[in-house]
Amino acid sequence: MMRWRWMAMTASLALAACHQPEQQAAPSAAHAPAAATSTAKVVSHFEPPPESSIPHDDFGKQIALGRQIFTDTGRYAKAYVGNALNCENCHLDAGRLAHSAPMWGAYPMYPAYRAKNHHVNTFAERLQGCFQYSMNGKAPPLGDDVLVALEAYAYWMSKGEPIGVAPPGHGYPKLPKPAQTPDYARGEAVFRRDCALCHGDNGQGQRVADRTAFPPLWGAQSFNWGAGMERLDNASGFIKANMPLGRGNTLTDQDAWDVAYFMNAHERPQDPRFKGSIIETRKAYHDTPDSLYGAEVSGRILGEGVANPRSP
Amino acid sequence: MSAFRITLLACGALMADAALAGPPDGTTLAKQGNGHGVAPCMACHAADGGGQAAAGFPRLAGLPQAYLRKQLDDFAHGLRVNATMQPVASGLTETERDVVAAYYSKLPVPPATSPPTPLGNTQLAQSLATRGQWSKGVPACEQCHGPGGVGVGDHFPPLAGQSALYLSNQLHAWQQGARRNDPLQLMQTVAGKLSEADIAAISAWYAAQPATPTKEPQP
Repeated sequence: MMRWRWMAMTASLALAACHQPEQQAAPSAAHAPAAATSTAKVVSHFEPPPESSIPHDDFGKQIALGRQIFTDTGRYAKAYVGNALNCENCHLDAGRLAHSAPMWGAYPMYPAYRAKNHHVNTFAERLQGCFQYSMNGKAPPLGDDVLVALEAYAYWMSKGEPIGVAPPGHGYPKLPKPAQTPDYARGEAVFRRDCALCHGDNGQGQRVADRTAFPPLWGAQSFNWGAGMERLDNASGFIKANMPLGRGNTLTDQDAWDVAYFMNAHERPQDPRFKGSIIETRKAYHDTPDSLYGAEVSGRILGEGVANPRSP
Repeated sequence: MSAFRITLLACGALMADAALAGPPDGTTLAKQGNGHGVAPCMACHAADGGGQAAAGFPRLAGLPQAYLRKQLDDFAHGLRVNATMQPVASGLTETERDVVAAYYSKLPVPPATSPPTPLGNTQLAQSLATRGQWSKGVPACEQCHGPGGVGVGDHFPPLAGQSALYLSNQLHAWQQGARRNDPLQLMQTVAGKLSEADIAAISAWYAAQPATPTKEPQP
């Protein structure tokens, strides 16, 4: 029975992947997957203020603290971090880079209703989610210095932007669905060729002088199953636009989808919303072809989680 | 016994000796060369492996073994074009390359001879080193070379404490294609986006950084 249900689920996953409409095709020329270089892409985007314009007053101190938290999260927000990641691992250039979910792309869009938790979220609550899921830690309480500083940093960075209008370059690019269903073996080949150099043969990342140099992509020190990056659409968009670092937009869309699949077909810390079974948790939070949580890959059901010794 | 036979025996004994001794060890290669045409490394890279800043000969001491080994192969095969190192690398056997790479990777990093005083446009340099120039798609140097440029793993060598001349020579070599042995063309891509002012600033900056990691203060 169990087995049958899983097979059915996997089959429907594959089907859904095939029939996914291409409504997510690139909304602007800036997303064109061809030979665009990151140099050409950046021109028409919102230009966040230079760091040198952070004011030298008490407000500026919070902004600067927000930046420090952003780039060295394990040090400056230690109590709320349960892995080896920093905010800037997924939000490049300290949250300033277009197509890398910049803070200036997010701040003007809150408060917002989120399907993830079925209610209207303030920006601070959105930040709490980052700590719970992407940082595999715990949410700083509302009003905590960590949230205030991060919000101040995002606010400062968004100066002059219209409220409630998603600016070009916000979030990660939505790639057109791939010609071929994402595949583990092809993804592994891409990983060995283009990713393992920095992220290690087992996706474990690299540390030096007690700092994360290259972030772990799965396993105990990476984001957990509740993070946005476990979704294939997010991961493929981020990878396509930004990886390998400094050589964004050189992978094909297919490569980006395949390697996103490979990355997310590995075990990582459990979704903190775990409902007692993988099936129930998938049904509640991962019911999309873009999540491999609960799917069977190489004879194993994903979603068992891994223990995290550093979890607070 | 004829003189001829004695000579033969002597030769045989010598050859047996050489065979028993195996390939020269790292110290011998570094200090005496390999005995068939390759000059001692220390002639240019100094006895302590610290290099010669004024001549642009890099420090080898303490660099990753796999990185050093790869450079020797790449010099020999022309992926890293260098008139001095090409014949040296080509003149070493595979085993000798292994041995000499291991030798230098294990040498302690020599203490800096001059006090580290960053010269030139330090504001530009620090910004490139720690922030990058994302408007041009250039990541911060330390994102791959580690905090303070101390190097990361086998593929991202330390920049800290290498001479300004060596560093700027390399950046120009990446730009001009004389050096194209970087994995994934990471450095060719970055160097191609740097200006002359960037190169001057960042080379001087890293030349003045301590070659060993310093502990950062806790907040």
